[in-house]
Amino acid sequence: MTNLTSTPGTDAVPAAVATSTKSAGRKPDKKRDVNAFTGLAHIALFAWALVTAGPLIWVLLASFKSNTEIFLGEPFALPEHFSFQTYFDAWGEAHIGRYFLNSVIVVIISTAGTMLFGSMAAYVLARYRFWGNRFIYYLFVSGLAFPTFMALAPLFYILKSMGLLGSYTGLVLVYIAYSLPFTVFFLAAFFKTLPYEIEEAATVDGASHTRKFFQIMMPMAKSGLVSITIFNIVGQWNQYLLPVVIMTGPGAESKYLLTQGIANISTSAGYHAEWSTLFAALVLSILPMIIVYAIFQRQIQAGLTAGAVK
Amino acid sequence: MRRGKYPFIIGFLIVPVALYCTFVVAAYIQTFQLSLSNWSGLGPIEYVGFDNFTKLWHDELFWKSIRHNLFLLILLPIVTIILALVFAFLLNVGGGHKGGTTRGVWGSKIYRVIFFFPQLLALAIVAVIFGRVFGPDKSGMLNGLFPADWKPWLFLADERYAMLCILIVLIWQAVGFYVVLFSAGMGSIPAEIYEAAALDGATRITLFFRITIPLLWNTVQVAWVYLGIAAFDAFALVNIMTVDRGGPNGASSVLSLMIYRNAFEFSQAGYASALGVVLFFLTLTFAALTLRVTRRDSVEA
Repeated sequence: MTNLTSTPGTDAVPAAVATSTKSAGRKPDKKRDVNAFTGLAHIALFAWALVTAGPLIWVLLASFKSNTEIFLGEPFALPEHFSFQTYFDAWGEAHIGRYFLNSVIVVIISTAGTMLFGSMAAYVLARYRFWGNRFIYYLFVSGLAFPTFMALAPLFYILKSMGLLGSYTGLVLVYIAYSLPFTVFFLAAFFKTLPYEIEEAATVDGASHTRKFFQIMMPMAKSGLVSITIFNIVGQWNQYLLPVVIMTGPGAESKYLLTQGIANISTSAGYHAEWSTLFAALVLSILPMIIVYAIFQRQIQAGLTAGAVK
Repeated sequence: MRRGKYPFIIGFLIVPVALYCTFVVAAYIQTFQLSLSNWSGLGPIEYVGFDNFTKLWHDELFWKSIRHNLFLLILLPIVTIILALVFAFLLNVGGGHKGGTTRGVWGSKIYRVIFFFPQLLALAIVAVIFGRVFGPDKSGMLNGLFPADWKPWLFLADERYAMLCILIVLIWQAVGFYVVLFSAGMGSIPAEIYEAAALDGATRITLFFRITIPLLWNTVQVAWVYLGIAAFDAFALVNIMTVDRGGPNGASSVLSLMIYRNAFEFSQAGYASALGVVLFFLTLTFAALTLRVTRRDSVEA
């Protein structure tokens, strides 16, 4: 702490001298200086907010427009009339509704599985000493370093040989397997920080290992579990590569996930020039994210950044 | 009590370890094995030694893809981290001093919420949106915004700018996440340090370079690694957004796309695996380099 305050302090002295000579005789202006800085800060921040929100607002506006309006009108002009026909088209004919439900089902099951198996493995690895513990731990953690698509071809043939191609079972199992490294890494660190006294007391009272895990450790680890659950939900919801590789074969189109479906619609929209349906489909897939984000904004930010802060 | 320990440990580990070994470890090991074969995906596997790697060496598209990955690897972290640091700093200390404390700007919470949102969108959806934003005629958002008498820009259809467009989209999506990450880091820097420095007459620029950056160095390092990994991916963007998938004329091809196309479109599982092995060593080199280069004396908070 002393080291900390003294280092910037000594550095700041020459800087202070420099600034005071530069602004000599301008002392009363200091306040205006600050205001100018705040003003600039606002301009910069507002500009980036526009850059961030602009494309999304444009998509929303364009979803109500006809092709003529999209091609000839101003991009941010309001549509001539609001009709939700494009949305019905996107939901029904373009199957966004089905893709959406497919994604929801897959993500619910795979996140639940990831959390169950991930926390079980993390707990045992964090709190029990046994032969091979370190080996298994590093086996999991090493998976963090390598990109998924490196092993794409072998993964495909492993699934093929097991008859799991084009099935949700295969997809869910692969999601779980590829989510385990980070989940185990994060939760093992978390379980290590929990106190041992309560666990010992439970042992004295005769609780079994399994019971201690589900009734004592899991409730105590709640905050860590919530963060990593959100992390996994967002990560799996946004997955594109794995569904594209796994959900193939005859009849796979009805099983497409949302990301796959949207990409598919975008290709066919190019052929048929049904741009507004594509935009409506985009709005339909973004809207739930906005609603969920509006409600759980704080938890989501915490959950997604938790991994990096660790 | 002791007696139940091993059955319990095995019971808890068996499913996760089995899943992980079947789908992850086995797949990675087979990548190395298949990289030495000319397997098409069907029939018996025939080993051909290092033929795939000599073929790679002479493959023009491979070198193009490597260059594009390096382009992303260098520029994505630098631009994103600089932008995110500046925005996070403005959000946290841009509001001037009141009663001796440095505050964030007005509305910093709203800014943070807006900036962060793109992180929640799937890269595939972002790719579809920006495919239209960069549309090469007046229906594209940017061309629509340009003055009416301009000739439409081609953006992704122009060999010179295709990679730049991809870089811009990746930055667009990533900045908000790192603003939030760095904001959290800045929030944990004690306000007294800023106050002490401000009393000594330090300007905001000095505060930024002398206090914020050194104290955040660890977080910056983590951000660098994350962004580097993202730079090796970019599959969804290139596959969905670009002209001709990786085009025009290979101008936006990246390694991940090459792996995918060789494995599933050209029936070249062996060649795709050789590409995977190259990627493995590139990632490893990147991780080792990052650790070496960024290991500078950070101030322990």
